[in-house]
Amino acid sequence: MRVFQILIIAVSAWISPGTASAELVVAVARNFEPALQQLADQFEAETGHHVIISSGSTGKLFAQIQHGAPFDIFLAADQARPLELERTSRGQAGSRFTYAVGQLVLWQLNDDPVDTRNAIFNSDINFIAMGNPDLAPYGAAAAAMMRRLAEEGTLHGQIVMGEDVGQAFAFVRTGNADLGWVAKSQILSLPEDERGAYWQPDPTLYPPINQDALLLEQGADNPAAHAFLAFLKRPDTRAQISELGYTTP
Amino acid sequence: MILADLSALWLTVQLALVTTVLLFLLGTPLAWWLSQTRSALKPFVETTVALPLVLPPTVLGFYLLILFNPNAPIGGFWVQLTGDTLTFSFTGLVVASIVYSLPFMVQPLQTAFEASARQSMELAAMLRASPIDAFFTVAVPASVRGFINAGVLTFAHTLGEFGIVLMVGGNIPGETRVVSIAIYEHVETLRYDQAHGLSLALLALSFIILLLVYRFNRRTSIHVG
Repeated sequence: MRVFQILIIAVSAWISPGTASAELVVAVARNFEPALQQLADQFEAETGHHVIISSGSTGKLFAQIQHGAPFDIFLAADQARPLELERTSRGQAGSRFTYAVGQLVLWQLNDDPVDTRNAIFNSDINFIAMGNPDLAPYGAAAAAMMRRLAEEGTLHGQIVMGEDVGQAFAFVRTGNADLGWVAKSQILSLPEDERGAYWQPDPTLYPPINQDALLLEQGADNPAAHAFLAFLKRPDTRAQISELGYTTP
Repeated sequence: MILADLSALWLTVQLALVTTVLLFLLGTPLAWWLSQTRSALKPFVETTVALPLVLPPTVLGFYLLILFNPNAPIGGFWVQLTGDTLTFSFTGLVVASIVYSLPFMVQPLQTAFEASARQSMELAAMLRASPIDAFFTVAVPASVRGFINAGVLTFAHTLGEFGIVLMVGGNIPGETRVVSIAIYEHVETLRYDQAHGLSLALLALSFIILLLVYRFNRRTSIHVG
């Protein structure tokens, strides 16, 4: 028993070598995960804090947080769910802000100089992938674009829904769907020769994908969480987010 | 229960039925061969059959997503043959379910054949029955319990399939939106009433099916013993 206790003390001392550095858990919408990975590396190098990333669809993370999941910060893909958490005091009132605005694109692997926008009217199209509009804000934006385009001409492709934009991306990436509504950031995270071709519609044509951050109950007393939110708001961080396929408000 | 949920339930039952019938056709010869062979290949085939028991559905789903892709050999062959893709289709789910439920068909059958068939087959051979004749007149009747167990387990296991469908299905109502997917979506969108309805239906269905088997097993064992 004594040995066991010593072991625990030794391990915890090893995990947190000093009081200055702390650990924070960020729940992040799947589309922002690659970006967060980069930002977290930089944040860790600057501060010595350790960032643990848990990614999932915004809907799932929301349900998990409602049921007491141990996250400090929520980086959602929408505004509605952080707002709801703030209202039900799962999150810290007044801590919510928009950290990124998502850019929806229509994507295909085929990178011949083709017109991706008009490819959607092509009768050869079998499947068009998108996130589930009920679960994923990119899915809702995609559904709005599909309704608009359907007014212009017949859409032949069958819609296949991933639970989030990450799965929609995988359907296209593995060649199973011909076209997919995905996040621009996902494409920019690919090596340049694998990016295929994409069309970026005017963002005013679909409901804006305002992605909000929220400090959660658990993170209220965590200095690392506060430091990370301040880091996200910094102009140089925001410039970096813009380069990764988002706009910042 | 709303119409979309009933449709998901019906689709799931159809998937489980088709899978079970096809697995009877594929699994019976395979189980028979495994029960009779002394081939060095036997342990390798047995291992392959058992793999879906231990592999996470994500592994199977990921590989199927790659294999079903219309530009890959298998997916492409299927598109040429039928004009339809395997991903995002009922047929694709059937193929996935056959892989996923294979051990639930083959293992009970193999056990049944091994237990009951060997002596009886030798007897049949002495009475000069042809192997095929002997299989149908001796081995099959002696393994009825094995067939029922295998069929029911396959059916019930396919009812509960989730991970693979999530990865290769694409959530199309009436085509690939099975009960487990519908429940998942209801939970994620906080429609707990609907999630409760479907979950309870699946729970009751599974319970009744398994109960019937266990009762049947008890009764026959009394008869036999």
